[in-house]
Parts: sequence; C-alpha cells; structure tokens
Amino acid sequence: MLGGFNVGHETPKKLAYTKEHEWVNVEDGKARIGITDFAQDQLTDVVYVELPTEDETLSQGDAFAVLESVKSVSDVYAPVDGTVVQVNHELEDSPELINDDPYGDGWIVVLDMHDASQAEDLLDHEEYVDHTEA
Amino acid sequence: MDPDTFRQARWDEPTLFDLDEGPAPEGPFDHETTNEANLPDEHARETVGIPTVPRSRLTRHLTRQAQMTFGVDTGTYPLGSCTMKYNAKMPEPLAHEPDLLNVHPLAREEDAQGILALLYQLQEALAAIGGLPHVSLQPAAGAQGEFVAMRMVRERFRDLGEISEETRCEVVVPDSAHGTNPASAAMAGFEVLEIPSGSDGCVDVKALEDAVSERTAAFMLTNPNTLGIFERDVEKIAEIVHDAGAMLYYDGANLNAILGKTNPGAMGFDIMHFNVHKTFATPHGGGGPGAGPVACTEELAPYLPVPRVKKGKDGLYVLDDGDERSIGAVKGFHGNVGVLVRALAYIRQHGSDGLTRVTETAVANANYLYQRIKDAYPAPGEALKKHEFVVTAEGLWEENGVGATEVGKRLLDYGIHAPTVHFPINVKESLMIEPTETETREALDALVDALLSIGDEAPGVVREAPFNTAAGRVDDVHAARNPLLTWDQVQRDQDGS
Repeated sequence: MLGGFNVGHETPKKLAYTKEHEWVNVEDGKARIGITDFAQDQLTDVVYVELPTEDETLSQGDAFAVLESVKSVSDVYAPVDGTVVQVNHELEDSPELINDDPYGDGWIVVLDMHDASQAEDLLDHEEYVDHTEA
Repeated sequence: MDPDTFRQARWDEPTLFDLDEGPAPEGPFDHETTNEANLPDEHARETVGIPTVPRSRLTRHLTRQAQMTFGVDTGTYPLGSCTMKYNAKMPEPLAHEPDLLNVHPLAREEDAQGILALLYQLQEALAAIGGLPHVSLQPAAGAQGEFVAMRMVRERFRDLGEISEETRCEVVVPDSAHGTNPASAAMAGFEVLEIPSGSDGCVDVKALEDAVSERTAAFMLTNPNTLGIFERDVEKIAEIVHDAGAMLYYDGANLNAILGKTNPGAMGFDIMHFNVHKTFATPHGGGGPGAGPVACTEELAPYLPVPRVKKGKDGLYVLDDGDERSIGAVKGFHGNVGVLVRALAYIRQHGSDGLTRVTETAVANANYLYQRIKDAYPAPGEALKKHEFVVTAEGLWEENGVGATEVGKRLLDYGIHAPTVHFPINVKESLMIEPTETETREALDALVDALLSIGDEAPGVVREAPFNTAAGRVDDVHAARNPLLTWDQVQRDQDGS
C-alpha cells in the first residue's frame, strides 16, 4: 500500500535503462521494453494503459504508451529507434501486471531495432541506480 | 481541534432502482404505451426505465444522500484551483424569476428584451474585468471556452494563410498547465509542445524563447500560475509570443486572484475564458452547470461563437449572428443562461470595489494559511502567494508514510474537505490549497489546526482515515480498473458473478 515509503527497489543487473525509467532487454536486435520497479512504485497502482499498435515506427524519445495511475498520467518513451513487433495486450485487461511484475509479465512492447549501436548509449545497472538515488 | 466533533450521516441507502415499486398507478406518466409517432418498432419501448418510488420515500432518499455529501454549505472546501467559495444565495431567487425562467429561447427579440439586456450587461462587465473588448457568453464551461479560443486562433491563422503542416500548427503549454489546456489545443487540431517550468515554478523565459517559432499558434497560460505565484515576466512573455507571430491565451482558472488589480488585456493576452461559476460564485462542483465565456481582441472578434447580444437601433437589444468567419454555435442558443444571470447578479452586487476586495481577501486568506503551516508543509519558492498555494507533504511521507493522500483523507474527519492532492505533478506529495475569500478567520484557524495536528497524530490512524464520513477509505484503484457507471452495468456485473 505504501508506494515510495522506505521500499527497496529491484534493478536487475542484466538490463539496460534510461533516465526516464524504462528498462531495455536487447536480444538479437530486438529490444523488449518496460518500466522499472522504481517507476511503477512512483506511479502507484496503474489503472489504465494506452498501447501502441504493431508495425508503428518509433524514433528514440517518442512517447509510445501512456500509463495512468490514480495519482497521475505518464508517457513511456522509446529508448531506441525501432518498429513495434510485439505489444503486451494483456495489460489492457490487467494493468496491474506493471506493478506486480515490472520486469516480467509487465513488459510493454518489443521493438525491432533500427540501429543496434543505440543500445550502447543506454544506462547500465549501476548508472541507473545512481540516477534514482540522485 | 478535535476530529471527533464531526460526524457525517451514514445511511445504508439503496438506489432508486432498488426501490422501484413497478408500474405506477394511473398518472401523468402513464405506462400504457402507444406509438402515435409511428416510430420504427426497434426504437419503440414499453417503458422509459424510470423507477416508481412514492414521493415520501423519494424525498427521504434525496435528503439522506445530501446528509452523506460534503459541500461548501457543510464546511471549508479548500480544493485548490477550484475556487470553492461559498455560493451566495442572493442570486438564486433572481435566477428563478418566472419572467426569466419562462422566456423561450426562440422568442422574438422584442419579446425578450429583459433577458437580452442582462446578457448584454454581462458581456460589458466581463469585457471590463478581462480588459478585452469582445465577449461571447455561449461556451458551457471553462474547458469549452479553451476549445473555442483555440478554434478561433486556428480560424484566424487560416484566414491569414499561415496555417500549414509546418506553420501555426503547434500550441505551447507550461508543464504546470491544467490538463484541459493541452486537451483543448489537441481537439482544435494543434500539436502540443510542453515546456518545463523554472525552479521557481514560473515560466522559464529562456525555454519559451527556444520553443516558439512560426510553428507556434498560441501559448496558453494562467496567471497567477498553478502554484499560485504571479508570473512577473508576463509582459516579457507576451512580447516573446507576439514577436513569434503567435497568440497569447489566458486560462481564467485563477482569475479570482487578480480582480480589479490587473487584467489579461493589460498583461498582453489576446484571448481568454472566464469560469464564471468559479470566480463569480454560482454553484458548481459535481459537474456543473458552469459557463465559460470567451473574451478577445478586436482582431479575433469576428471568430467568436454566435449569436452574441448587441445594441441595435432605438436602443433595442438584438441577436447578432456575425458572418462566415465565426466558428459558429458551440452550445444551444445563448449558453447556460441561469448561470450567467447569477454571475451578473454577483458582479452587480459587488461592484468594482467589491470585486477588488474579493481578490484582496482571497489572497490575504491564502497567505495567512500558508504562513501558519509552512514549517510543517513547506512550499517550493519564496515568492508571495496569490489566491492559492502548493505545499508538499514530502517530509511526513518520508518520515512515516503519511503523504498528500493521507492528509487529505484525514482532513475529512475534521469536517474539512481535502485540498487538491498530487497536482501539480511538478511538486512531490503536493497539496494545493485555496481557501477563497469566504472563509472566516475561525474557519482558517480550524484548517491550520487540523493540518498541524494530523502531522502529530499516530501515522497508523491517519493512514486508515477517514472514520467519521459516510464512506471510509474507498478502493479508488479497483474503481478505476473496473468502472461500473450505470445501473445496467451494475446489473450485468451482478448477473455475471
């Protein structure tokens, strides 16, 4: 119940991150994207998710999804350029997956990356933890 | 201050549908149906679905609902940005005058001179208060006023031949803007560009300079801003926007802070809306009705919604339908006339000196409150507050998990409505407090005492509040995820489970 109140946040070491609190898992030129445990905790309970459509082309920094909680509405930004190849439609009926399992069942999209080198510019685990503690 | 002095009634009251006694005995709403209008069969219904409830039970039902409701007639209602001032009762009988109530909106102008005169006087009064000469009373509420203004700006630039995919296609808003601003701009066909506020919560003039260009159609601003701080650079802001060839729009949300002191026209705005239901004390909250008149410069006047009331030959008031440049009608006939009449009554009752005192008292009340609570609930920036202010409960949140939501919920137990919480989002655990001019010194002190004592109460108690209200902690997450908004939905939900 007490989001943000003395809760330690999980930040898996194998993932890449953005300053806007997205996580990125790059495999074979595909980037699976969600929001971090820290982000879901700040948002509090997500009650509605607006998703992109498959085949949508995104540029780095584009807002591609909207997460609505009881407290606020937040955009999710594309960490890299890419084409949407998979969308987690489960979130439409079960937005709570973002809170319950942000790095697992709460994933949002998979992008087919246009430029694999962009992944190198993302934050690593340590840099992201520093960013959230700053 | 004792939270145990307040008790809200708690009825286990069924809905009117639950109380339905079935088909009514003979009466004016006889259930026997005929299809004299020859409606297609699929559109003809056996009943209209209105429950039959004895009058005595209906009255008790409504009275019990009222007893379980919190309103400005019940207690202090410091809901920031909503200007929940006590609604003067004086305009009510005036708005209920049969001669006003029974005028048909299609009556001939010469038969409706009385109401047209009132609407004309209100147009004149709003033009003076806003410092912008031309007014349409038609928009139904503030958000529709914003939409109307953005549509007018769009039509103006279309006539100037400046609208294209690359030019006058964008509306700029500060990140502290009310959510309706970007929504209205988007509905009017513009892209929205949000700019970050400076560390003092005001417009970052440098960021604005970088954001505006020939792409910009308008910049939307409210002054004082959402943090209740007066944008001191407003003249510079107007210059930057106008140098880019764009229009400056004033959101009237915070007009209660400047009445008689300055006005949007003097600050350099081209177009604005009024929330007459807020600023001029006609009942609001819970969804209206409101009214959101729009005022503008000479340049934009041809684009205003019509009809507008003008003074014709022989001093008769006439309805003017403008020409093809008008964006047309946005609401039936003349807008929410009942609300408009109340607004005029309030304005006339106060006069310009009285309206100035409204603002002075509203600002003094807000600053009194702020000075008394700022050690426990600090605010970003040192600037003098206007009619409202935003403080943070971050300290309490970090310390013991009592955040803005918890403070708001607990205030209800003291018989005080919660402030606006978690808005604006550029302040963490924000509480946005607007006492208005109608709260007495005693009421303000009671609010201070309640806020301070909540900070000292056992966090476990505060987190479970409210206790003294008709409903305790509601599950807003469940409600937002599974909204049941109509009786039909409730029944389908019950059948399904």
